[in-house]
Amino acid sequence: MSVLLVLEASGGKIRRASWEALAAALKLGPAQDVTAVVIGAQTETLAVEAAAKGIGKVERVEHSLLAHYTADGFSLALYQLLQNQNGAKCVVFPHTYQVRDYAPALACKLGQVLIGDVIAIEDGPLFTRQLLQGRLNGTYRHIGNGPCFVSVQAGAFRSDALETQGNAASAPIELFTPTLDATQIRTEPGEPLRESAQTVDLGSAQRIVSVGRGIKSAENLPLIEALAGALNAELAASRPICDNGWLPMERQVGSSGQTVAPKLYLAVGISGAIQHLVGMKGSQCIVAINKDPDAPIFEVADYGIVGDLFEVVPALTEAVKAANG
Amino acid sequence: MKIVVAIKQVPDRDAPVRIAADAKWIEERELQWAMNEPDAYALEEALQLKEKHGGEVIVLSAGPERVGSTIREALAKGADRAIHIVCDDLNARDALGVARLLAAAIRPENPDLVLTGLQSEDLGLGQTGVILAELLGLPHATLILHVEKTDAGLKVKRELEEGWFQSIEMPLPAVLTMQSGGNKLRYATLMGIKRAKTKELRVVNAAELGVEAAAVVTLEQISAPKKQKSTQILGGSAKEAVAALVEKLKTEARVL
Repeated sequence: MSVLLVLEASGGKIRRASWEALAAALKLGPAQDVTAVVIGAQTETLAVEAAAKGIGKVERVEHSLLAHYTADGFSLALYQLLQNQNGAKCVVFPHTYQVRDYAPALACKLGQVLIGDVIAIEDGPLFTRQLLQGRLNGTYRHIGNGPCFVSVQAGAFRSDALETQGNAASAPIELFTPTLDATQIRTEPGEPLRESAQTVDLGSAQRIVSVGRGIKSAENLPLIEALAGALNAELAASRPICDNGWLPMERQVGSSGQTVAPKLYLAVGISGAIQHLVGMKGSQCIVAINKDPDAPIFEVADYGIVGDLFEVVPALTEAVKAANG
Repeated sequence: MKIVVAIKQVPDRDAPVRIAADAKWIEERELQWAMNEPDAYALEEALQLKEKHGGEVIVLSAGPERVGSTIREALAKGADRAIHIVCDDLNARDALGVARLLAAAIRPENPDLVLTGLQSEDLGLGQTGVILAELLGLPHATLILHVEKTDAGLKVKRELEEGWFQSIEMPLPAVLTMQSGGNKLRYATLMGIKRAKTKELRVVNAAELGVEAAAVVTLEQISAPKKQKSTQILGGSAKEAVAALVEKLKTEARVL
């Protein structure tokens, strides 16, 4: 009985989210029962990096057809590994865009269902994940026969404690070569690209005023611009505002936009879905203005005003101007 | 192109939610419902593809009777016909169980393309499209913002993390899960609403589809999240609250 941990790499290094997934895997079994999996066309350096983490074993899943990520390639290769690894109790992943793309298909091949985006693991094991855009939590249990597939949310498990186990003996490394044929890989991925040079660098802003759905229409944006002006802050937004074309995409904060950590982050009419929170929760001081007292944004805010933004924002703009003299 | 769009009815974003007495799910009585927003983007993409290349758009939704209103909305926006899988125990099924229902209804249609939103706004599992592809034996891509028909099949624009994108080429038939924001959503016109009443809406009972319903993953309990920070809520009138806030930002947080 073992825990399989599938590590994700980018630019030749294992991503931090993968080590957070290791921290989660250690809640499901002792370190010596954890087998880390690295996957790609060249996995030797990654395997060495993983073997130093005080775990039981490292599996290199290597094939030339795995040089670029494809859902078909990764799910087939890992399916074969799982069949070979009799008796894996759990399979743990970081909840990345890539994992979201193939792990549900991999689980399905084994008649299983991924418990995705997990934020906590308790005895049972019971897995907590967010529902209704973070407004509620749900506790899930795996009751089927066969391995339990789990992916963990970025930032939910702390990986820093692991880094200190540097003196652990290096784990044995095994090579697994899946049987893959080019015809089995049905999609042809292109190189990653960026749309255009970003002209707004929210990452270096000291103060940010960010606006969400609560603003109701583009015509109301000057209200927020006035507040940002008074605070000498950059203007930013949650995804729906940019989806509607009310502000350019480059002003979007969140998992699909920019990650920011200003001194002051003022969220106006933003409910605080996880996709937004991951982009701003590292801010030094967070202020939330929202009409819904149960909005998840208040869970990360230092200061909150529950009220109608159309009353609060103009009043705040005036108060800031008065304070500035 | 024959396109099936799988849509879900979810609680309206602004509707207050209360945990039901058994703490297994939320209180559904008096709740307002809406079309899952990512699914609305999937429908929009399907309608635009049909406008460009011709064909048919079929909406598919599973759920109890109330789901009919969301299906009518999709028909009013321009879908040609609809299939409603009537299922009163949708929440008792896991993602695989729901995908099996949808796959069973899709198979006899033999579509060129299956579209759905990347995730639902209620359970947020984000798996239905990927599992559907696996069950139907079709290639898939997720988080798609743009779809272009090519001679060989499709060229799609996939969103990656932190502002990166990737283009993917794939043959048809295929399954795509759509990200929001790729298109502008249309509203139903009065004419559309009128027409929707005459369009075919086939009702299938979940039991008739003969798929495995037993779950391998169960939602045991729901609860209110624990606060990560102790938030100071500043009360009083708008004027009083902002005065208190400015004071705190200056003297306590020292960010002004």
